[in-house]
Amino acid sequence: MSFEIRPPAVRCDRLTKRYGDLVAVNGLSLTVDRGECFGLLGPNGAGKTTTIEILEGLLRPDEGDVEVLGLWWRTDADALRQRLGIQLQETRLAEKLTVGETLRLFRAFYDRGRSVEELLRLVELESKRASWVGKLSGGQRQRLAVACALAGAPDLLFLDEPTTGLDPQSRRQLWGVLERFRADGGTIVLTTHYMDEAESLCDRVAVIDHGRIIAQGRPQDLIETLSAPKVVTRHGTLEDVFMALTGRHLRDE
Amino acid sequence: MSDPLVQLTLARLREFVREPEALFWAFFFPIIMTVVLAVAFPGRGAQPVPVGLAAGPDADAIRSALRAARDITLREVQPVNEARALREGEVHLIVVPTRPPTYRFDPSRDESRAARLLVDQALKRAAGRPEPWTAREEPILLPGSRYVDWLIPGLLGMTIMSTGMWGIGFSIVQARLRKILKRLVASPMRKRDYLLAQMIGRLAFLSPEVAIPLAFGALVLGMPVNGSFAAIAIVSLVGAVSFTGLGLLMACRAQTIEAINGILNLTILPMWVLSGVFFPTSNFPGALQPFIHALPLTALNDALRSVILEGATIGAVAGELLILVVWGVVSFLLALRLFRWV
Repeated sequence: MSFEIRPPAVRCDRLTKRYGDLVAVNGLSLTVDRGECFGLLGPNGAGKTTTIEILEGLLRPDEGDVEVLGLWWRTDADALRQRLGIQLQETRLAEKLTVGETLRLFRAFYDRGRSVEELLRLVELESKRASWVGKLSGGQRQRLAVACALAGAPDLLFLDEPTTGLDPQSRRQLWGVLERFRADGGTIVLTTHYMDEAESLCDRVAVIDHGRIIAQGRPQDLIETLSAPKVVTRHGTLEDVFMALTGRHLRDE
Repeated sequence: MSDPLVQLTLARLREFVREPEALFWAFFFPIIMTVVLAVAFPGRGAQPVPVGLAAGPDADAIRSALRAARDITLREVQPVNEARALREGEVHLIVVPTRPPTYRFDPSRDESRAARLLVDQALKRAAGRPEPWTAREEPILLPGSRYVDWLIPGLLGMTIMSTGMWGIGFSIVQARLRKILKRLVASPMRKRDYLLAQMIGRLAFLSPEVAIPLAFGALVLGMPVNGSFAAIAIVSLVGAVSFTGLGLLMACRAQTIEAINGILNLTILPMWVLSGVFFPTSNFPGALQPFIHALPLTALNDALRSVILEGATIGAVAGELLILVVWGVVSFLLALRLFRWV
C-alpha cells in the first residue's frame, strides 16, 4: 500500500484560448480523478475540442495551467506522451496500410505496451488484420483509432467524439472496448454529442457552452436537479438537461 | 523490428509501392522523356542545312548553284511565308536573288551563321572563284558528343530533383490534410524520425530510378558511361538527399495540395530552365552565373555529366557535392524547426 497522494488524472485551472476575437475556451477549470470516465458535453463550437486538445498538449493555452497525471506539458512532454492514449476527431489514417501495419507502427512509438495481437483482440479486429485501412467500415476505423490510442497501454485515454457517425451496433461495440479499458483501471476523458453515451459511459460530465462549464456532476444528479420531465411516465434524461442548459436553437459548425 | 524509424520508413515504402502511379512517374517518365528528346534532337553533324530561296529574276542561277552544293537542302519560300519559315527553323537562311544576292538570316543563331558561310561559299564558287586549295577532312565521331549524350545526365538530375521533391511534398501535405501528422505528434514519436523516414523511404527507390534511364541511355541510345558506377551512385545519392531535404522544407508549412503544387512549381521550373537540363548554363549572361552555379540542380547536373561523360572521380566533383550537402542539411534543419504538425 502506498501512502503518497496520487495526483488527479487531469487538473486544469482557468484555461483560456483565443482565436483572434473568438474566445474558444474562457477560464475553464476542471479535475478528473484516476479511474474516472469524464465526459465533455456541449453543442458544436462550444469549445470541447479546443479544451481536449489543450489537455492533450496539442494546443497551448493563452492562459491557465494544465497538469496531467501529475506532470506538466512544458517540462515533461516526452514522459507524458508515453502514458497517454489519444484519438483525434478527424484523423484519417493512411488508407494503404493494413490494420496490422498501422498498429505495429503506433506500437513502435511506445516504450511499453500491448502486442499487436492483443490490440486486435481488444477492439475485435482480428479478422481485419491484413485489410487495408481504406477498406474498413466507419465503425472498424474508429475501433482501429482507439486501438492505436491503446497501443502504449496508457493510464489515460482522450477520445474526441469517438462514436460520431457510427451505427448503434458499432457504438455499442466501442463502448464495450472502453468499459474493458476502465475495468483495468484506466481513466477516460471524452467528448460526445450523444447524451445516452455520456449517461451510460461517464461517471461525471461537464456541459460546456461558449468556452465555459455551465454544469458539472454525475449524470444522474444533473438529471434529478435540472430536468423537468413533461410526461409523468417518462424519466428525465441527460438530453433534457442538455437542452435546458444550452437552449434549442441550432448551432452551426 | 520495432524501431520507430524502421516502422515509419516501412510505412512510407508500403504507401509508395501501393500507389502504381507513383512508380510510373518515378521510373518510366524519364525514359519516355529521353526517347522523345532523342527523336527530336538527332545528331547534328550529318544533317544538311535547310536554305530558302525567294522568287526573283536570277532565281534559276542561284537554284542550280545551291542544288549542286553539298550539305544544303533548298526550299522555295513564298514572300508571305518568309518570317514563319525562319522562325520555325524550316530554313536557317533565305537567299533573295538580287545581284549580288541578299542573305536574310538571324545572325544571333548559330545555325543561321553556319548556313550563311555554306551558301556564300557555294555561290562564289559557282560564280567562278578559284579555290586556292582543298583541305583534307578527317571525320572523327567522338563518343558522348551528341546532344542526347549530354541530355541524359541532365534528365537524370531533373528526375532526381522532381521525384524527390514531389514525392516528399505530396506525401507530407496529404498526411497533414488527413490529420495524420497531428495524430503522430500526439504519440511519443520523435519528430526527426518522421522526417528522416520520409528521406530514407525516398532513397530506397533511388537505385532503380537512376539505373533504368542510365541503362536505357547506354544500351539503347549508345551513351558512353565513362565514370565508375560507385561515383555515379554517390553523386546520385548526395543529390537525392539534398532534394529530399529541400522537399521537406517546401512542404513544411503548406496546408493544401494547391499550395504545395504552387510552391514546388515555383522551385522546380526555374531550375529546369536555369540549371542546364536541356541547354548549357553558359547561355545565360555572366552576371547570373554565380547564382546559377549555387543552385542544387546545377551542381547535380554538372557532377553527373562530369562523372558519366568525362569519367571524373568523386574528388573532381567535390565542389558540386559540397553545394548539394549544404542545401540538404540546411533545408532539413530549417524544415525541422518550421514544420507545421497540427
